[in-house]
Amino acid sequence: MEDSKKLEQFEAKIASGQKIEPKDWMPEAYRKQLIRMMSQHAHSEIVGMLPEGNWITRAPSLRRKAILLAKVQDEAGHGLYLYSATETLGVDRKDLLEQLHTGKAKYSSIFNYPTLTWADIGAIGWLVDGAAIMNQTALARGSYGPYARAMVRICKEESFHNRQGYEIMMQLAQGTPEQKEMAQDALNRWWWPAIMMLGPGDDQSPNSEQLMRWKVKMESNDAIRQRFIDRTVPQAEFIGLKIPDKDLKFNEATGHYEHGPINWDEFFEVIKGNGPCNAKRLKDRIEADKKGRWVREAALAYAAKREKEKVVA
Amino acid sequence: MNDTQWPLWEVFVQGNPGIPHKHVGSVHAPDAEIAIQNARDVYTRRSEGISIWVVPSNAISASTPEDQGAFFEPSNDKPYRHPTFYKIPDGVKYL
Ligand SMILES: [Fe+2]
Ligand SMILES: [Fe+2]
Repeated sequence: MEDSKKLEQFEAKIASGQKIEPKDWMPEAYRKQLIRMMSQHAHSEIVGMLPEGNWITRAPSLRRKAILLAKVQDEAGHGLYLYSATETLGVDRKDLLEQLHTGKAKYSSIFNYPTLTWADIGAIGWLVDGAAIMNQTALARGSYGPYARAMVRICKEESFHNRQGYEIMMQLAQGTPEQKEMAQDALNRWWWPAIMMLGPGDDQSPNSEQLMRWKVKMESNDAIRQRFIDRTVPQAEFIGLKIPDKDLKFNEATGHYEHGPINWDEFFEVIKGNGPCNAKRLKDRIEADKKGRWVREAALAYAAKREKEKVVA
Repeated sequence: MNDTQWPLWEVFVQGNPGIPHKHVGSVHAPDAEIAIQNARDVYTRRSEGISIWVVPSNAISASTPEDQGAFFEPSNDKPYRHPTFYKIPDGVKYL
């Protein structure tokens, strides 16, 4: 069959709401874009374990420690679902990891900020997981079957992440003046990075009409950002915290919040590798991979030995 | 030794007694035992399953999407395989 005919069938299938499965014909540009997006997403999940892992040993109670452990373990799970979904496109996880470790592949800008206090763990769950949910519920309607299915699963788990973070913030906001100040300080530091992690504005990143038609991208960055702000501002008000944006105001006519200017220079600097923690995150990732190598090798050697014994017996 | 990140296994989970195992994704593991353990940690952290199967990914053979038409269509022109094909008079019961 001619490629143009195949392309026509491929697009008709997507337009009718059907999913594309791994062995189906797909245009090279579709495969490439998905590998890039999905592996970036997988990398973000596992790099995202680092800033939160930082607080596991110092969680303020056993309850909080168990919750944070479970959350960080979920993020590891998300990384694994996503790597395995990416592998259905004909790539190897070890190559994807190498791209991460050599800096060739990116991960979310947000994880290059430090977690300075316990309140940051609250802010991350509430804001970072909150923003991620906005993005991921859109992606769950995407056209590539394995990615969309992974997103459905991930979204279910994210809502616990979101709530435990808000609960931490709420508790601090209702605590001593120092605790409330700690919560406000975390919100001040995480608000703008969370706003930015949803990606450049539509004027700077024209949404390729093709990616929308192919349902690789489902919604524009600005549309997702607007929804995130609309939902989050009242949550902050409810617990008496102040969003650090003096231009923020509710527009009665549109029913949406209007926000002040976003510092995109900061965003692009972080993406380029000049954020506060880029070097540390990469170093920690590479070290974790190196330290795990002997375990992978030993387990393989053991499996080979047992396989041999089976043959003899 | 080449760092392979371990071979790939496909994971099937049975959600409840009496229903079939369903494909949920894959894991990397050096052998079946660890594949089952990893699958438990990756795919059943919230009691999503009561039983897990793992199969080496390269042991699975599948029909090809290109042949989907030729392969499955022959059953389309056999409506007599369905009970609705047969006209039974109104008065006849239990048929
Ligand atoms: Fe996640
Ligand atoms: Fe999360």
